[in-house]
This record gives sequence, structure tokens and C-alpha cells, in this order.
Amino acid sequence: MRAGRRIAGWADGRLLLLAAVVSAQPTIRLSAQDTSAIDRGVRIGIVYRPGVRPGIVVLPGSQASLDSVRAIITRDLDYSDRFEVITMPGAGAASLGPAEPPVTAPRTAPGLNYPLYRALGADFAIEARRVGDTTVVVVHDVTAGGIRRAFRQVLPALGQSGFRLAVHRVADQVLQATLGAPGIAATRILFVRDGKVYTIDQDGTDIGLVSSSDHQAMSPAWARNGRQFSYMEFSEGHGQLFVQDVATHHRVSVVTTGKALDFTPAFSPDGKTLAFSRATEEGTDVYTVNMRDNCCLQRLTRGGFSDNLSPTYSPDGQRIAFVSTRPGLPQVYVMSADGTDQQLFAPFDYGVTGSSNAPEWSPDGQSVAFHRDVGGTLQVFVLDVRTRSVRQLTSLGRNEDPTWAPDSRHLAFVSDRSGYRQLWVIDLETGRIRPLLQQSGARLPAWSPRIPEAVPTNP
Amino acid sequence: MKRVHSLVLMGFGVTLVAACAKKEPEVAPVPQANADSVAAAERARADSIAADSARRAQEEAERLARQRAADSAAAVAAAAAEVRNTLAAMIHFDFDKANIRPDDAGMLDQKVAILNANPDLRIRINGHCDERGSDEYNLALGNRRSTAAKNYLVSHGVDASRIETASYGEERPVAMGHDEDSWAQNRRDEFEILSGGDVLRRP
Repeated sequence: MRAGRRIAGWADGRLLLLAAVVSAQPTIRLSAQDTSAIDRGVRIGIVYRPGVRPGIVVLPGSQASLDSVRAIITRDLDYSDRFEVITMPGAGAASLGPAEPPVTAPRTAPGLNYPLYRALGADFAIEARRVGDTTVVVVHDVTAGGIRRAFRQVLPALGQSGFRLAVHRVADQVLQATLGAPGIAATRILFVRDGKVYTIDQDGTDIGLVSSSDHQAMSPAWARNGRQFSYMEFSEGHGQLFVQDVATHHRVSVVTTGKALDFTPAFSPDGKTLAFSRATEEGTDVYTVNMRDNCCLQRLTRGGFSDNLSPTYSPDGQRIAFVSTRPGLPQVYVMSADGTDQQLFAPFDYGVTGSSNAPEWSPDGQSVAFHRDVGGTLQVFVLDVRTRSVRQLTSLGRNEDPTWAPDSRHLAFVSDRSGYRQLWVIDLETGRIRPLLQQSGARLPAWSPRIPEAVPTNP
Repeated sequence: MKRVHSLVLMGFGVTLVAACAKKEPEVAPVPQANADSVAAAERARADSIAADSARRAQEEAERLARQRAADSAAAVAAAAAEVRNTLAAMIHFDFDKANIRPDDAGMLDQKVAILNANPDLRIRINGHCDERGSDEYNLALGNRRSTAAKNYLVSHGVDASRIETASYGEERPVAMGHDEDSWAQNRRDEFEILSGGDVLRRP
């Protein structure tokens, strides 16, 4: 046991902080190797970098109605992996009821007992209050000894649809106000289970079914605007692509010619083009179709004796990474968005390296995540686009189908490390891994962009 | 008037009854053997026996005919079922491979013969994979497997337009285990009748 490690069990919602005191520890730049053996909901062996990440505390309050808000924000900040989240004893759980204000901390804004929180290791303190029907969230800069920002927001009632997403947005505002970085709290992940497409919030709540028919579905993919997604459904031996609207659930089928098997859709960043794989008797190749006019099918690859599939756009829309079997086994290739200049992308040793599949280009453009067969099982790898070097990210169990969070530092993926296949989230900066879902059989995850403010709908 | 008529009729009836009653009851004639009638009876009986046996024979013949028809229908059905089974017999593949195994070529030859004997028959070949590969890559691999079988059939003279191909990747396993035995069963092509399969003839 290392000093300074936090032991937290949040299966019951309680966060227990043993010490905000951190011991001096060599600060090692982590390579985010998946060396931790983490079981469901329990964090063991998570590598923290004390002193590198700012400490943040969400202050307990006397208004119990805000306990859910505080709990969600606390968890979002924790899951951002950008803070040492300092949990006050008695805080963080609605079940504990309204907690006493922290000792000697005056509850009157603007002043907090800043020296006390500084002593606890906090750089920021977050306070949530209710004034009438407005929720006021105050971001205290403990180091500077003052208020940095305050947000006033009318949140939907607890339990109402939109409540959690609204609170996630507040958490993202807090992250923006403290670190100047956009967060990933207001994001969702699509995944496939039992042939149907589901959605889940990034914190593992609010699971919902989104595919609408009895046909077997696969390969969900988000449009970069976060308002639409695409997926494939089997139909009479063919694969039909659909584009569905998040808000209205209305879906349209993407034009296909003849009786082909179309799969692995990928939106171009401008949303105008959908790239996908099409399997015919000639093999599988990458095609594009004009989304706006539902026309103009273009074939980007001509495999002949090899298959080309699983396209993914670079965020500038200029290039497409894809899988090709031209070297014998599937490996990750790249081409211009018009299909020219096809070349190997992720290096491999001929005859040694296993199959590589399921590439996804990171939103910041710097990396491509994919999975590769290592000794008969699959592991998640990340390709550095600039240096074209790859590193293995996971090693425990079978790990596959990585998908990037919009912050380009978190990946969701499928792993059987807990004994059954389910979704996990890894932070590449800290190496921390958490389960996203406790249901077996979940696969093919697709992490959304930041979910845009919804057009107000009738309640 | 009516009553008068009834009375008249009634009187008539009484008279008739009286007239009959007046006759002495006749002595019943003693039955005597009549050679003609005996012969006639014999004849009639023989005729009846003959007719009967003819009828029976005819019935028997009809029954046999029905039986034969039933037998032959059953035989046709059995033949069709056998043909259907032969046609539906799956072929299997090595891990991450889509080439036809030499020991499966004989099964495909049988399917060629069936397709040749039943020119209206149209089929779809569905390629499948085991769960070990990548989910999406397996769609491409399953497609290669179904296409490989189609190419074999076409290269042996079957018209390409009679065969569709499809792939389900690893989405529809037949064996649910997570072991080599299950994987081997799941790496397969299935042969599905699309049309013209109602009356299948033996090659």
C-alpha cells in the first residue's frame, strides 16, 4: 500500500477519504499501462499523481434537495480524471442526509475558510445552493482565496428527463471554469447488446434502448454534431444502414444499391458524407455516400483479393483510416478522403503481429485507437499519428473495440477482465480504469461528442 | 256434403271387409322342391358370390392403388427431404480462413448435382464465423466464406444468378460454447432455399 492512496468504495455511493495528505512521491510520467487488476466498482492499484492534479472538493450543504446534484457533479469531476477529488466525511451521499457544514467553515458566501481547504489539499471548492427555483453553483479558487465563477441555472426536477444531463453540463462548466478544459460529463455512449442499440450516460446511468426494430443491429456511430447517429441492421441477408435523430428517434435508411451487406458507418466531420464498408461477391470495400442528398455512391477501395473495411475519418475530414487485409492479415491503413494515397498506418511485423481491427481516430487527430490480436486474444492499442508508433494499452483479459471520448484522453472499450464481456473506461493520462456498465454482452461502443443543448421539447 | 261422402266411403269399406271375411282361410301350400328354382337360387348365389368377390377384388385393387400412391408420395417426400438435407448440409472452415476444405468439396459436388436436377431451385449461402475474431471484420470474413462456396458451385456449372450470398459474421452462432468444438461448428456456410424447393428431385 502506498501512502496517499485513496480507498474508495462507491458501490454504496459513499466515498471515504482517508487522507488528503499526500506523501512525497516521485512523479513519474505515466505510460498509462493497464497494469491494474480492478474488479467491479472497486478501485485498487490506481496510480495517482499527487501534486500534479489539482485538488477539488464539493462542499456538503444543508439543502438535501441538492444532494443528487452534488453527488453527480462530484462523480463527474472524479471521472474527468483531472482532479484529486477530496471528499468531506459525510458528504457525497444522499443517504447520509444533510451533513453538518465543515468545521469552522463559514457558510456565508463569498468567504470560505480558504486556509482550511488549502490545508486539505484543495485548489478548488464547489458549492451548490438553491435560491428559489434556481440552482447556484459557485466555483471557489481556494489558492487565490476568492470566487472564480458562479453559475445560475434552473435545473429540471430530480427524476425528470433531462435532469442528469443538465447536471452533467454544470459539471462540464465547473471543469471549464477551473481548468479551462471542456469536459466529457455531458456525453453518452451507444453500444450493442443482444442485437439492439442502447445508450448510456458516461457515468453509467440512464440506460435506454434506441434502435427500434426487431432486426439485429450492429456498429453504432455518432455524427460529430451529437444530434444523429448511424447503425447497421441485418435484413434478409443484407446489411442496411440507418441514420437516426437523437431527439426525435426518427430514422431514415441510407441509400444502397442492390442487395449488399453495408456495415461500419462513419460520418465525415462535416456530416455531409457517410463512409461505410460494403461486402459483395467481389469482397469488402470502403464506399462513401452523400448524406444530404442521399446519393452519389463512391467506391474508395478496390480490394480484389483483399478486404477493406471499418473506415474512420480524421477530425479535419482529410483522411480516412481503415482496415485492409492486403498484407494477409487485417491491419490499419490510411488514405485520403477521396480514396487516393493508400498506405500502411499502424506498423506491424510481418508474420509476427496479429490481426489489427476496429480503428477509431481521436477527436484531437493525434491518435488512432484500435485492437490487435496478441497471443490469441485482443488488446487495445493506440497509434501516434505523428510518429506512427504504436503502444499497447491493455493486457488483462480480452480488450477490444476502443472508442474515444471527446476529450481524446478517455477510451471506452469492451473487456472480459471481470469474467464477462462488458464496457470499461480507461483514462490514458492516469491509466485509471473503471467499469461503465455491469451488464454482460455489451459491445461495439461508440462515445458521443458533447451532447448539444436539446431543442426544448414539450414536457 | 263432406259428411255424406265419408259415410258412403265408410259403407264401402265395411262391405269390402265383410267380403274378405267371408272367404275360408286357404291351406298353406306344401313347399315342393322345384328343380328350376333351386338351380336359379344356386345360380343367383353363385352370381352373388362372384359379384362379391369381384367387388372385393376391385376394392382391394383400389386399396392397393391408393397404397401404392401413398407409398410413392411418401417416397417422393422422403426423396425430397433427403435432397433438402443434402442441400442444407453445412460446410466448415478453418480459423480466419475462407477456402473450401478438400473434405467439404464432396458436399458441394452433391449440391451441384441437386441444383442441376432442380433447375428452378434458387439458394442463398450464409457465411458465419466464430466469436474469436473482431466483430466487424467477421462480417467481411463471413462474406468471403459464402462467396467461396458460391464460386465453387458456379465453377462447377451452376448459374451464378441462382445463388445469393450473405454474411452474418459471428452474430448467429449454432453452438453457444466458448471452446474449440463450438468455434469449429460456428465457422460455417449455411445453404438456404430461396425458391423452387417445393418439389425437389433426386439428381
